[in-house]
Amino acid sequence: MPQHITLKDSNREARIYGARTVTAVLLVCGLLALITVRYYSLQITNYETYKTQSERNRVQLQPLPPKRGLIYDRNGVLLADNRPSYILSVVRERVADLDATLLALRALVPISDSDLEKFQKKVLRSRPYESVPLRFRLTEDERARLAVNRHRLPGVVVDAQLLRHYPHGELFSHAIGYVGRINEQESWELDETDYRGTFHVGKIGVEKYYEDLLHGTVGYQNVETNAHGRVLRVLERYDPLPGADLVLHLDIELQRTAYEALAGRRGAVVAIDPLTGGILALVSTPGFDTNLFVNGISTVDYSALRDSPDVPLFNRAVQGQYPPGSTVKPMMGLAGLESGLVTPDYSVPDPGWYRLPGDSRRYRDWILKIRGTGHAPRVSLNMAIAESCDVYFYDLARRLTIDRMYDYLHPFGLGERTGVDTTNERRGVLPSTRWKREAMAQPWYPGETLSAGIGQGYMLTTPMQLAVATNALATRGEHRSPRLVSAINGEPVAAPLLERVPGLPENWQAVHEGMHAVVHGARGSARKIAKGIQYEVGGKTGTAQVIGIAQNAVYKEEEVAERHRNHGLFIAFAPYEAPTIALAVIVENGGGSSAAYPIARKVMDTWLLGEAG
Amino acid sequence: MGDYVRQMPDGSADLARPPSAASRFHLDLPLLLLLLILTVYGLVVLYSASGQDMGAVIRQGRYFLVAYVVMITASQISLVRYMRWAPWFYLLGVGLLVAVMFFGVGAKGAQRWLSIGGFRFQPSEILKLVVPMTVAWYLAERILPPRFKYIIGSLAIIAVPSALILRQPDLGTALLIAASGMFVVFMAGIGWRYIVGAVVIAFASAWPVWLFVLKDYQKQRILTLLNPESDKLGAGWNIIQSKTAIGSGGWDGKGWLGGTQSQLDFLPESHTDFIIAVLAEEFGLRGVLMLMAIYLLILLRGFWIGLRAQTSYGRMLAGSLTLTFFVYIFVNMGMVAGLLPVVGVPLPLVSAGGTSVVTLMAGFGLLMAVSTEKKIVTH
Repeated sequence: MPQHITLKDSNREARIYGARTVTAVLLVCGLLALITVRYYSLQITNYETYKTQSERNRVQLQPLPPKRGLIYDRNGVLLADNRPSYILSVVRERVADLDATLLALRALVPISDSDLEKFQKKVLRSRPYESVPLRFRLTEDERARLAVNRHRLPGVVVDAQLLRHYPHGELFSHAIGYVGRINEQESWELDETDYRGTFHVGKIGVEKYYEDLLHGTVGYQNVETNAHGRVLRVLERYDPLPGADLVLHLDIELQRTAYEALAGRRGAVVAIDPLTGGILALVSTPGFDTNLFVNGISTVDYSALRDSPDVPLFNRAVQGQYPPGSTVKPMMGLAGLESGLVTPDYSVPDPGWYRLPGDSRRYRDWILKIRGTGHAPRVSLNMAIAESCDVYFYDLARRLTIDRMYDYLHPFGLGERTGVDTTNERRGVLPSTRWKREAMAQPWYPGETLSAGIGQGYMLTTPMQLAVATNALATRGEHRSPRLVSAINGEPVAAPLLERVPGLPENWQAVHEGMHAVVHGARGSARKIAKGIQYEVGGKTGTAQVIGIAQNAVYKEEEVAERHRNHGLFIAFAPYEAPTIALAVIVENGGGSSAAYPIARKVMDTWLLGEAG
Repeated sequence: MGDYVRQMPDGSADLARPPSAASRFHLDLPLLLLLLILTVYGLVVLYSASGQDMGAVIRQGRYFLVAYVVMITASQISLVRYMRWAPWFYLLGVGLLVAVMFFGVGAKGAQRWLSIGGFRFQPSEILKLVVPMTVAWYLAERILPPRFKYIIGSLAIIAVPSALILRQPDLGTALLIAASGMFVVFMAGIGWRYIVGAVVIAFASAWPVWLFVLKDYQKQRILTLLNPESDKLGAGWNIIQSKTAIGSGGWDGKGWLGGTQSQLDFLPESHTDFIIAVLAEEFGLRGVLMLMAIYLLILLRGFWIGLRAQTSYGRMLAGSLTLTFFVYIFVNMGMVAGLLPVVGVPLPLVSAGGTSVVTLMAGFGLLMAVSTEKKIVTH
């Protein structure tokens, strides 16, 4: 090849050009092949991946939360309904800078630190395309401000949602309970699919017990959205199934009567329809406004409720465990008659105290400190019930022994959960030697049998249990697991029958007569409520000691701090011949049953006569 | 003459024939036909990509009308004139670029346009044609392959406008213009040792370029290319969405107007730089291969015209224009598919936009001028 060419050689230039063209064509083909491989890889090899991604891009599965079932009282009065409320939510995926967006939102509407904290926690758990609630219950004004600024806040959405509302919040706080925002633990426990799009769940009471029914079934819609998250059209839609509506046995008037009669004192009233087992009233005072809990109660409000010495959050009707005191005596009486240890005519001497054979300790009758003597020289069953004679039942208990006492009282439902359809029910204690061995690893002492015989000592019952036991007394043995709900979506719900309390008719009759004398007898312990009464009642008073009283110590009510005063109890059924209501009343530290039986009278008046008080 | 004909065996038949109507109007029929097919294909895709906006299609159709007129006009002018005008065009072009520096108007932080009497245009577009014309003019008189000092001279011609455009900043156009000039040098037969040397230097200078030349947003594009997932909603969004669009098209595509990615706004710039993603989504790999076939035929025709050119000037110009056209295709299709960083290069004759269409068609006008060049004896 010549090194120096001085002349332009057209042929050589064309030849070089030809070679370069070949190179260029090869280069072009090579690179086009590379592009082809790339597109092949995207469109053929990874087709499924990108197809899925594109579908996910375009189609959003939006949950359609079901409408929560409504709750009515027996007369059709709405006790829990749903009201529209506006929620500010954020879709993480659509937000470029979450912190900046949150900052901008806080400038527009008030968002508390706790709201923010809950939001941040929820963001971590939710999928990027899901809207996460930030603020509930937006006001009209806040909605307007958000709407105006919508364009500069992509990914921020305001959703309308139905929120639970309790028109009679405080009155039914313990009967119905409440819903609240799903917390972290619940979000793990609840069915993820079913609760997508639902922010609230029943926390307590009927709302929790019937959560599955009230919640309903979630619906879905597949929506096509554009890149900005705007829904363009609904591709397919599965409507949610609304939750079941519940009709309760509760009667709002009865509930109100009981609530007002308790007059802010600590106490509980449970009234049952003996024929159906339906709960006509369930009141625990003090109550609280359940609406506070629906959107997450503020720390201040919650602390106030939690730290109140009156423990308003405590449902005394099913959680409160109190010694039944003398209210256990009609049941003991039946036990004595059924066991054959006593007859209606059988009587015991009553000096005002009782002594176990071979023991110098005196077990005093409550009347001793009032009269200095017993109820009468000899006391029989009717008088023992009517005047609440302790000595008679000390003697009966001793002869019956604790374990047989257990056998006779257990069918009344003592020491067992009643199975009522609400939450947090406690079982109380019906002591026995076995129970003491297992629970306390101690042997049973004979003196403890005497305490148990008058419903003191280890024996504990809830007002619900007492009401159920009263139900059994009223119906002469037949009683049911109490029910708050009477119908689900119009379908009646029957309360399941409990084990029948065995008893001969004449024995039941003797017990009933005793209970009748409690109210209507000349010396009945609740004779005060008989004044002006238009129907007949079978009842039994009770006083539950809050602290044990040392031997020979003189008990002076006034000296004991109010919190240490005795609890007042009263159980009753009416009308006496054909009962339509059985109830239990307890007034904590009421001093005695006189605090309780006026309340029962008012409730029974309302129920039987249709008048308040 | 006899020698010449013997070297072009395929062309000999043409020469024997009387000039056809097409060649009388300086038109290359196969090229024209391919361009028309491409135009129609592009408009069909554009209708879908623009969100079924007939207005956008009509607007683009008008640009094409102008572009075809420009092309036919450009093809009428003899190559000798282009050669003579080249340095003056060059000086004018560089002058306009300097003017852009001082009086230019911009958008998105880049100053690229000159506004004259309400009419905005990018002087850099003119240089896409002027630079190869000038380099070809510069080298056509030299003995080829060019000697080292002429290579340096050519590089200087390329460097001045490229640097000015890079400053605007417009990396995409600067690279295209630099490439179009380099292709002339390459087609002129520059020795492989220079090419290899240049590649080595390019790689060696990558780090300093990264540190001192590239702007943050340009670096971002490269980083995003390497890992689009790192910034899903920011810079990576475009690439993720375009890859999704392409991939979800599969072999058959989702059908015309049926591309969910593009119709529902997930795909950014769907009617301009990213239009290939719309095509790939709606017409599938089939549609992509069809487009590539059209492109390949145009490229081959371009090379063919170069091979048949009568002068070094025509040859180099044709080769460079063809290769530049290919760069558009490669860079655009590569970047949308996530192979190359995102630079502002349209898919030639398919992406919406008047300027690039007119420039490209003017380039094809030049190619046609080459194809119908009268044989002139240069020595």
